[in-house]
Amino acid sequence: MFQRWKDSITPTDIVMWMIGGSMLLMIVWGSVATLVEGKYTGRHWVDFVIFGLAQGSIYALIATGYTMVYGVLRMINFAHGEVFMSGPFTAYYAAAAMYRTDFLDNHPFMALMVIFLVAMSVSTTIAFFLEKVAYRPLRGAPRLIPLITAIGASFFLQYLFRGLYGSGVQAYPVIKVLEGQWMIFGIRILKFQVVVILAAILLMVGLYSFIMLTRVGKAIRAVSEDKEASALMGINVDGMISTTFVIGGMAAGAAGVLYALMFKQVHFFMGFIPGIKAFTAAVLGGIGNIPGAMLGGIFLGLIESVGPSLFLDGLGIPAPYQLKDAIAFTMLVLVLIFRPTGIMGERLAVKKA
Amino acid sequence: MALLEVDNVHAYYGKIQALKDISITVEKGEIVTLIGGNGAGKSTTLKTISGLLRPKEGRILLEGKDITELPAHQIVTTGVVQVPEGRRIFGQLTVTENLDMGGFTCRNKKLIKENIDRVFGLFPRLKERSRQVAGTLSGGEQQMLAMGRAMMTDPKILLLDEPSMGLAPVLVDLIFETIQKLNDAGTTILLVEQNARMALGIANRGYVLQTGVILLADSSENLNKNEMVRKAYMGES
Repeated sequence: MFQRWKDSITPTDIVMWMIGGSMLLMIVWGSVATLVEGKYTGRHWVDFVIFGLAQGSIYALIATGYTMVYGVLRMINFAHGEVFMSGPFTAYYAAAAMYRTDFLDNHPFMALMVIFLVAMSVSTTIAFFLEKVAYRPLRGAPRLIPLITAIGASFFLQYLFRGLYGSGVQAYPVIKVLEGQWMIFGIRILKFQVVVILAAILLMVGLYSFIMLTRVGKAIRAVSEDKEASALMGINVDGMISTTFVIGGMAAGAAGVLYALMFKQVHFFMGFIPGIKAFTAAVLGGIGNIPGAMLGGIFLGLIESVGPSLFLDGLGIPAPYQLKDAIAFTMLVLVLIFRPTGIMGERLAVKKA
Repeated sequence: MALLEVDNVHAYYGKIQALKDISITVEKGEIVTLIGGNGAGKSTTLKTISGLLRPKEGRILLEGKDITELPAHQIVTTGVVQVPEGRRIFGQLTVTENLDMGGFTCRNKKLIKENIDRVFGLFPRLKERSRQVAGTLSGGEQQMLAMGRAMMTDPKILLLDEPSMGLAPVLVDLIFETIQKLNDAGTTILLVEQNARMALGIANRGYVLQTGVILLADSSENLNKNEMVRKAYMGES
């Protein structure tokens, strides 16, 4: 047993482990140094964690779209970030109109529902037609071709929305009821962060139950495993693939509104970085695995928020927050070195083998 | 009028012709078997019937109605259901979920429940494992599940592709007994088998295929006596 294990190690593995090991060492060293220094108090850390959870749950929602599409088509839909952008960017105009007529302040709950509705329907429509126009004709083509097409579709959508709505940054109107803080268990939390986290959890629970419990959800899982056998059961495979894009689009549109609530602005390029982060989250969790994508998203959000101060501050690096993206992708490298299939990707690896 | 009629079908994989002028009829209540070696076109015939492969020429008729142009998932609703070669169960779904998928075209929940109970009656082993993930079942249990899944819609005709492949002899007997049982209960069966002796044992009629052409078509009795069949497909010298 040990002999076989020893034989299967290549020099590349050793180099990778050394890189991974030194990264880990730096992280541990940095963390210890930061904690010894004691620059941040407990309240700071709580703030970091809550912000990270809010950010992470947005990543998690977007990541489910990547992972589900990968499940049914074995492709990475790189235009998913633009699906995410299209919803809140369009809903901005509804929000601004409601702000002008004071509807937003008088009926904030209703107004928020309208914003969600507009954003989710736009994102869903874009996702649906994206699959129909850009990906369906390429079904059965070599895997690189849909990938390039996805990147092309991503640029197309970015510049379409730039053409439609202009290239400026639009400030989302402030919803007054969501300003300020709540005291929860003696911890002060910004109200909008609570709303973001709760809404995201609600949506993820809904999405996961849909996939696990409903007839269509089961059919989507069946199509992910074996398209031909699914067709022989009377499942409309194309229909299920469309449904997958629709669900992913809905989640992305909702995530987009939450993102706009947190950062209070929209922009035609706003989908790029969250899209890449969510893709990273999906890979971290084990691509194709829905709970994995959710977990990966929250993990990434937390690391990005806590990481810069925890890992880097103690090392004496100035302005550690500028390096939060570097930390996020370092985590990806680390997870892929030590667990190439992602956190929950074991079953997938077995299936592919 | 025959229940299923395959009428002068030609089919291709790319440029390679896989079926040359295949004509097969299956009457209601029969068991008909297709026998032949590897690459004879047995599985291709089934794939063409169930719509996974489009014939270039020829028609496929179910009770006189042309189903040649229907997409695969709609052919299922007409009552033609295939158990694919190699079982192809959904390994990450539970046994019950697999059966649910078999009944996907049926929207009546009560009927689905009844059909699940019927399948469990046919294969008690599946009932014991109903909540287990299907990928963890043994080969024989997976074959039972694949057949049970196909029976969920109560098909007019069941297409079975190599149901005995890779199974222990005891299980092969069990699977063939089940096929007989299903047929006694009124299901028409088109059976593709490498195991010609077993297949001719339960079938009413048989077709012998070789490189995409029908070589012989006769009653099972006559095929059993045929010297060429005995030599080529039953290993007699």
